[in-house]
This record gives sequence, structure tokens and C-alpha cells, in this order.
Amino acid sequence: MKKNLLKLIALVLLATPAPGAHADMVPKRSVLNSGMVLLTSEQRALPMVALELIIDAGSRHEAAEQAGLANLTSKLLTYGTKKRSALQVSESLDFIGAGLSSGAGENVASVSLTILKKDLAVGLELLAEILTSSTFPQGEIDRQKQAIIAGIRAQEEDPGAVAGKAFAAALFPQSPYGRPVEGTEASVKSLQAQSLKDFFSRYYRPNRSIMAVVGAVSEQEITQALNQALHGWSKGAASAAPAAPSNIGGLQTLRIEKDLTQANIILGHAGVPRGHPDYYALQVMNYILGGGGFSSRAMDSIRNERGLAYSVYSFFGADKSHGSFQFVMQTKNESAQEAVRLALEEIRRLREQLVSEQELNDAKNYMTGSFPLRFDTNRKVAGFLAQVELFELGLDYPNRYGALVAKVSREDVQRVAKQFLQPEKLITVIVGNQKKIAAK
Amino acid sequence: MLRRRFGLLLGFYVFASSPGLSYAEPVQEFVLDNGLKVLLLEDHKSPSVTFQVWYRVGSRNEKDGKSGLAHFLEHFLFKGTPTTGPEEYSRIIAKNGGRSNAFTSTDMTVYFATMSREKIFIELELEADRMANALLGDTYFEPEKKVIQEERRLRTEDNPASALGEVANAVAYTVHPYRRPVVGWMEDIQNLSRQDLVDFYKLYYAPNNAFIVVTGDFSTSELLPQIKAAYGKIARGAAAPKLSVSEPEQRGERRVTLKKEAELPVIQMYYHAPNLKSPDSFALDLLSVVLAGGRSSRLHHELVYKKRLAREIDADYSAVSVDPTGFSISAQLLPGKDAAALEREIDRELERIKNDLVSDKELQKAKNQVEAAFIFAQDSIFGQAMKIGYYEIAGGWRQMESYLDGIRKVNRDDIRRAAKKYLERDRRTVGVLIPTKEKNQ
Repeated sequence: MKKNLLKLIALVLLATPAPGAHADMVPKRSVLNSGMVLLTSEQRALPMVALELIIDAGSRHEAAEQAGLANLTSKLLTYGTKKRSALQVSESLDFIGAGLSSGAGENVASVSLTILKKDLAVGLELLAEILTSSTFPQGEIDRQKQAIIAGIRAQEEDPGAVAGKAFAAALFPQSPYGRPVEGTEASVKSLQAQSLKDFFSRYYRPNRSIMAVVGAVSEQEITQALNQALHGWSKGAASAAPAAPSNIGGLQTLRIEKDLTQANIILGHAGVPRGHPDYYALQVMNYILGGGGFSSRAMDSIRNERGLAYSVYSFFGADKSHGSFQFVMQTKNESAQEAVRLALEEIRRLREQLVSEQELNDAKNYMTGSFPLRFDTNRKVAGFLAQVELFELGLDYPNRYGALVAKVSREDVQRVAKQFLQPEKLITVIVGNQKKIAAK
Repeated sequence: MLRRRFGLLLGFYVFASSPGLSYAEPVQEFVLDNGLKVLLLEDHKSPSVTFQVWYRVGSRNEKDGKSGLAHFLEHFLFKGTPTTGPEEYSRIIAKNGGRSNAFTSTDMTVYFATMSREKIFIELELEADRMANALLGDTYFEPEKKVIQEERRLRTEDNPASALGEVANAVAYTVHPYRRPVVGWMEDIQNLSRQDLVDFYKLYYAPNNAFIVVTGDFSTSELLPQIKAAYGKIARGAAAPKLSVSEPEQRGERRVTLKKEAELPVIQMYYHAPNLKSPDSFALDLLSVVLAGGRSSRLHHELVYKKRLAREIDADYSAVSVDPTGFSISAQLLPGKDAAALEREIDRELERIKNDLVSDKELQKAKNQVEAAFIFAQDSIFGQAMKIGYYEIAGGWRQMESYLDGIRKVNRDDIRRAAKKYLERDRRTVGVLIPTKEKNQ
């Protein structure tokens, strides 16, 4: 359902909450000689390993005229090294049934590997080749540019993506956080091989990286293997903490014409960074507003009572330097105005009235109780551990999470609603058949 | 083909378990006196339990003019019982730290929750209540109908590829109910009445037309008595009507086009193929992997990478269904490329695999991919429960156990023979999405 372009933000939201279910989920942390932070959690139930590597090489490091550089660089990682052509890379992976993918968000680039334990050495060798000797062949760059441009076109067919893009651009104008990570057709076309090589060499460095490894491998074994495989990966310059977007868009309505049966609507504005002291109170408040699925007020009012939408939800996404609030729904063109009115009404109600004791407790009980369910696979645990490190939540975060949520009161919920739900700043994006939307 | 009450479509591939590569306890089967089957798989690697109730009813069981009924009923079964208020079910599960949902497909309707070991009894009892005591209250009928119409707009009408799939499917089948969309045609949804739902519920929701699947961190000795206590008291229902329809053999290619506001053309090819009841299903599974499993697969390498015609291409074969379904190939074009040219190139690749044997290495690669995916799939207890349920619906869960053996036995000749036999032009339907960019002014 998360079709917005603030992909990393959405990811963070999903991976947020956390009490400790399994004692052994608490990882071991070390810093390798190369400066890379390594988090490991040994899980022997299956003969497989999930590895998640995140690198401080997101689109926030690119200039506006080079929009798409971080993304293109990350995509090319699996398309050629000094030893292997693109086809040899994919043949090697497919022959062992392993999954290796790479991509970039605004803050970080990431490489994910899922592999059978017996093939781990093969996987690490390939990973090391990618990180130390990617070659960025011109033919592959051209191919990837064509694929990315096709992807940008394909997004035009996805009304949720169109709305998300317009929202981000309006909220964070002139900022990398307001630009699509994949760039524009024009900016992607103009990217040069040398820029990719420079970006790679500058940002893909172990001291800018966090790796989480979860599965049938001990800390000692993986540390040794990584020290050996990655010995040629050398430190680079450290970089400053990400700057928050300096320019925030204010109250406005954007209407985008598409021949659709439904209006795709986003209402939203800026939120808070992940480290904000009110982060947990906001998550509780948002659960009651629209984050809690069938337990939320938005679902009750807009879907259950009136049948206006199939999908309606809200979220506070939080990144290192900034965040956003979005209220998202789809309804037939003719009901768009009514749905917007109802959304505003729910926002108003949360600001003006205390939530009930029961709503508060239900929200908190869900958030703490469902925590372990979110990390029920090796892959999910690996992603979570990398995020815990990225956001500096501390290894004991799973154990502290329950208390962070428990202390939120009804008064806190109203206070953060008043402060962080800001009708006077709402950006409204409506993608759909504007004639039908306007008729009434 | 799945329609869920809320959330994303389930995207995982169903792989079966087999001795030797299965890392959990074996599945245990129990049958209560009222005919309710219970399938339990203990797996203690993560601290949660998935509890699912599967009903042997889906869009396959609907009549013409009543499409969408099974799916509508699934939505409507969240409107309460004498002891659980409307929409209370989801709230009760959530405030106990659980996650719940439901979905409907051609062959089944499934309700489920994932919760901690201490709380799973709550779901167990709520599902027993839903099986026997749904109120299907009138008040909620019209609003829920609107919700379902919004769901159809969201997922089908405003989604070009899925709109194409719907019309192509309606042409690929002439007689068999698989020709109808699970969510239902808009007109049919509009015409359904509350009485239709009540009748359908009475006919199909009974312990002898359902089974329970539980996977995860529970103990059978604790859970089984709880299941017996909650479900054993529900009376056996009349036997659900048996449906026996077979699609007549297709003689000649069918073609369908859809014009819609979109950016890139899409091609979908749909070949009739047998399901898991045929020994050819293993070869067909591997054929789909050779054609489109990974970047080095034939279709991907030739048409996405080398010839640069398609943005993406996929081959899909779903053996795990009640009646024979199909083998499909679908592709989205790169901008400026010609759909007819891509179709010719796909055909060229299909001719090649029908005429020449795949290499030993290619076959081994496909088998390795299947085995690795089989192990990765065990990472999720929810995924394991889904796999058990799918097999049980389609032909019995025990068929999972012979799956990998079946795969391992496939040789190069089998692949060529299956390709020749089933990827025949006269047995296929080709759908093409033609993008228009007219705007409503």
C-alpha cells in the first residue's frame, strides 16, 4: 500500500517498533578494521543467511542536475566487475539460487543478499568484487538508463506513485528529499560514466557502511570471512550528518488530471525526524488516527460507516534529518470532496479532544504486542538490525521499546496532535478525473 | 487472483516441503467428528503462531450473474456475531498484539491471524464463532458493497495490467468459472443481495467444508484440545454441492486487446496447462524457471538484456489449484518498442525450447533455484501455513512431500516434451494492452 516515493521513510515506519521476544534477537555488534559496523545474530534453524548492507550513499549526496546518480550507481553494482561480466554475475547467483539486489534511497544505498549457508563463501566473494571492483561498463550504463527511464514512465500509470511524487516535490522543494530518487528522464539521460565512478569511489566505503548478518553463521565465522573477503575495501572520507531540508512547502492543493475511476488523495505536511522525543507519542496518536488499520478512526469513518474507500491510512514517516505526515486514500472521483472533508474532521477531532482510555490502551497494546511478529524471518531481522544502527537506537532498543510506548498518555496524544497535525499547512494532492471530482 | 480484505496481494511462490530439506516438525493431521480437518506444524524458531481457517469455497463456486459473491461474503463476515460486534474482530486481535486479515481466491476463502503463543486462543475462538454464528446484518450491507466497488476500482479498473488480465482471462475460459474475476464484475457486485450472502454462508460455511492450519510456536498437546472444544460443538453441515466442470479443449488462438490510459504496452500469453494432478506439473514448474527465473534465464537475458524489447518479463505456472489453470508469460515493453516484435521474439524463444534440449547446466540451475527457494520459504511461518493450505485445497497436503522428489526426477527430455505439448499456439490466449493517452477535458 505504500506507493509513495519516500520509500526509505516508509521503510523506517514499518521497521520501527520493537520489544524483545527472543533474547537471542539482541545482536552482537563490532567495528571491523575497515571501519564497517557489523551486527550479527546467529540463527541456526535454517541453513541460510540473510545479509543487509547499507551505505551512506543515498541521493542526498547528489546535485540537482545529477538527479538519479545515486540510484543508477547502485543499480549498476550487479552489472560488471573486473572479474565478471553482467551475465557472469547473474549466472553465478542464479546457479546457487541466491538473491542479490541493490538500490538507493534518499539517505542510504543498500545491498541485500539471501543465500544458502553452503554457498556463503561464493556470495561473499561476489559481494566483495562488487564493492571493490565494479567497472560501470558504458553498455551496461546505457541499458540501465533505458530501464530506469521506462520505470519512470511506468510510474505514471500508478496513480499512488504520481500522487506521492507530487507530494514530495511540494513538501521539500529544492531538496534531494523532494526529488524522486530515480531522477527525471532528462537528468538520467545526461549522467556520465565518470560521475558514476566518482560517486562510487567517494561514497561506497566501509567506514560509511553498516552490515547486518542473520542466519546460520557465528559472529566469529562471519567476521573472519568478511575480513578476508573485504580486505581490499578501503576507508574513505567520513561525511557530515545529513542536513534537514531547509525549505518546507506550505498550504496548497495540487490537482493532477488522469482518466481514472478513483481520486487518489494525499493530505500531508512535514513531520519529525526519527530521533525526536515525541516520536513514540506520534506513533500512538497516528495509530488512532489512521495507522491502526481496522482499529483506526479513519477506517471507521471513511470505510466502515460510509463505504467511501477500500484503503485509507495515515503515517508519520521519519528519517534521520526530517520526516513527513501523510494521510492517504482512494475513493471514486465523485466522493473525493466528502472524503477529504472527513479526513480533516478526524484530524480536527484528535486536536480538540482527548482520546478515550480504551483507544489509548488498544493502540499501545498493539504496538508492543505485535512487535515480535514484525521480525519473524531472518530477512526482516537483518533489515531491522541495520536500521537500529543507522538511527542509533542502541542494541537494547528491543527491550526499551515497550517502555517508550507505555509512557505515552492521553494528554501526550492530544498535545502531539495539536502540535504536529497542522491543518493550516496541509498539502493536498488529488490525482484523478478533475471534472468529476469538482462536480457537486 | 487473490482478493484480500485489505493490504497487499500475496506475492510469494508456493513451494512444497519434502523429507530432507524440511527443517520443521512434520505436519500432523487430525479430523474432528464433524468433519473438520486440523493440520498442525510446530516450528519454534520465532515466537509467534499463525492460525488459519480455510473454506473450500471461492469464485469457482459462484453462478453466472453472482460473481464476487464469495469475496463479498468474506468482507461481510467481519460484521459480527451475537457475541462480537461489527468490525470488532480486527480490534480484538490488534489489541492483543496480533495481526489479522482474510482473502478470497478462485478456490478458497481464508481467515487468519498471527499472534503470540499466549494469545492465539483468542483467534481460535473468534474463528469458531465466525464459522457458526455470523449475523450478516442488513445495516452493513450497502456500505460494504461500496467498499468492494472501491476495491475493484483500485485494483482492476485503474490498474492497466490487471484490467488486461481480467479480460484475457474471460476469453481464455469459456465454460469454466475461472473465467470470472474473483472480485466480481461491477454490475454483478451491484446486483448482489444480502440474501445471496446468507444463502452462500449456509451452503459453504460448515466444519466439513473447511480445515484449520496452524504453524509456529505452539504445542500440539495444548492446542488440539482447545480446537476440539471450540469447534467440536459446531454441527456438521449438509455436503457442499460438488462442482465438476471441465473447460473444453481450445482449438485455435484467441486474441484480446484493451485500450486504456497507460504508458507502456503489456503482453500476456495464457496457455491452458494441467495442475498438480498431472506428472507433467514438475516439468512445467522447471520450464517456467528456465524461461524466466532470474536475470540469466532465457526470456530475461534475450529480451530484457540483449534485444532490449521488454522492461520486464515473467513466466508463471501455478500447479496448485483445484482445476487445471495455466502457464502464462507476461511482459511490459520498453518505451518505443513494438508489441508485435516482442511477441515474435517470445515465440522464437518458445520454439527454441520446444525443439532443442536445455543444457544440463541450465536444468541443474533451475533445480538449484527451486531447492534454494524451498528452504528460504521456510523462513516464514505464515508462508508455511499458506503452502499447506494451498496443497490441501488443491489435492491434499501430502502432495507437498513428494514435490522436491518430483522436481529432482525431471530430465531434459521432460522439459522439451512439456514445452511442446502445452506451449502450443492453438491452446493460448494472447492479451495486449494498447496505451491511449487521451485525457478527459
